[in-house]
Amino acid sequence: MTESMNIKLKVWRQAGPKAQGRFETYTVPDANPHMSFLELLDVLNEQLIKSDQDPVEFDHDCREGICGSCGVVVDGVAHGPQRRTACCQLHMRHYKDGDTIVVEPWRAEAFPIIKDLVVDRSAFDRIIAAGGYISINAGAAQDANSLPIAKTAAELAMDFAACIGCGACVAACPNASASLFTAAKISHLAMLPQGAPERKSRVTAMVNQMAEEGFGDCSNHAECEAVCPKGISISTIATMRREYMKAVLG
Amino acid sequence: MSSKNVFRSPVGKKLITGITGLGLVVFALEHMIGNLAMFSGNDAYNEYAHFLSSLGPLLYVFEAGLVAFFLFHISNGIQIWYGSRKARPVGYDSYRSAGKPSQQSVSSRSMIVTGLILAVFLVIHLISFKFGPGGPGNADPSYVTSLGGEPARDLAKLVRHKFDSPFYAFGYSIVMLMLVVHLRHGIWSAFQSLGAMRPSLTPLVYGLGTILAIAIGLGFIALPLAIYFHII
Repeated sequence: MTESMNIKLKVWRQAGPKAQGRFETYTVPDANPHMSFLELLDVLNEQLIKSDQDPVEFDHDCREGICGSCGVVVDGVAHGPQRRTACCQLHMRHYKDGDTIVVEPWRAEAFPIIKDLVVDRSAFDRIIAAGGYISINAGAAQDANSLPIAKTAAELAMDFAACIGCGACVAACPNASASLFTAAKISHLAMLPQGAPERKSRVTAMVNQMAEEGFGDCSNHAECEAVCPKGISISTIATMRREYMKAVLG
Repeated sequence: MSSKNVFRSPVGKKLITGITGLGLVVFALEHMIGNLAMFSGNDAYNEYAHFLSSLGPLLYVFEAGLVAFFLFHISNGIQIWYGSRKARPVGYDSYRSAGKPSQQSVSSRSMIVTGLILAVFLVIHLISFKFGPGGPGNADPSYVTSLGGEPARDLAKLVRHKFDSPFYAFGYSIVMLMLVVHLRHGIWSAFQSLGAMRPSLTPLVYGLGTILAIAIGLGFIALPLAIYFHII
């Protein structure tokens, strides 16, 4: 039997997009070290429902750290203190009895709050829709070796493709910039022959859409890389800039 | 794609900030090395100043380029700062850096503050020295010296006079420390903005950038303090 922990949660509550938000402090007396952070919120919500209060809304889906649905700022860090982890895989064993945890939604003009900790991340969908795809007909699956791709390029493309679109990069960026997200998709496709025909139109369209959505500009703080649950490097932003120069100059 | 879009695009703004920033670093380095001529005596300093003014039209081309670089750099910096304020109108109750590999630091967060202080300093600096006594449009016979029999501006006298005042000597030194803080993030950031960075290069370029920033800052600070404390 694990010893239970008494955890205080200071959570942002906001009834709707236009409503005035505020912090509420709750105590969860029966947390335990094996719980994930989202399970802690589940337990809090059961408490709230039993006492006829509105549960705290938060996004989640797979709870395996791979879908990109969840994401809140935990004690000032997007996804919390554990490196390369979405907050669903942050476990309470990193906390001790009596701790107070501050939970806030992603804060960005381009990510308006829907309710409590849930934000509207459809700005990311519109950036992808602007060019983050391949529109040539790729046909049926080819023989594995018919299209030679260098191993280094394939590995890099895979590293960039690991982006789950959670939005932590925007949340952590002092400028609320979406550069890491946008650059990851641009770089992923630029590494592969299938992405080559549209690489110029892709980079300009996606960069323009990123600005259109109201994200800030990158100041190279590299905070995005530090909070990315997939550890995507800011070298992808350097790649995006090279792609952009080639598109504008070439 | 129109050039208007390039100037407005998030990537274009960074490219311009990076290129102009690196250009201004080269200028600062050259200016700092030029200042050190004073350690070889007043005549060496005045000869260097005279050499620059004797470049004539070439000097004007350099100066026009510098003005353009400063204006683009400052206006882009302000736009980026203002854009970031608009992009996050409601801040966090608690916010902290997640630590390495983040490059977030006092330097990176204070670029707008150190940058604006440097911009104000630049204006005061130009009024005090370039357009000061004996300068263009401000003829003053007491700031004329003779170099190889030819009359020339005695800029060394003006520099010594200004840096005898604690206000100038220490004010200048403090602003140059701000320049070090600005360049510590700025030099690395410029290379990243120009797409020149790979993860393996980042620590090296950041380290070399910091060393260059400190070298430029200390080089600038050496002159006013040496004059104020009567070392030279």
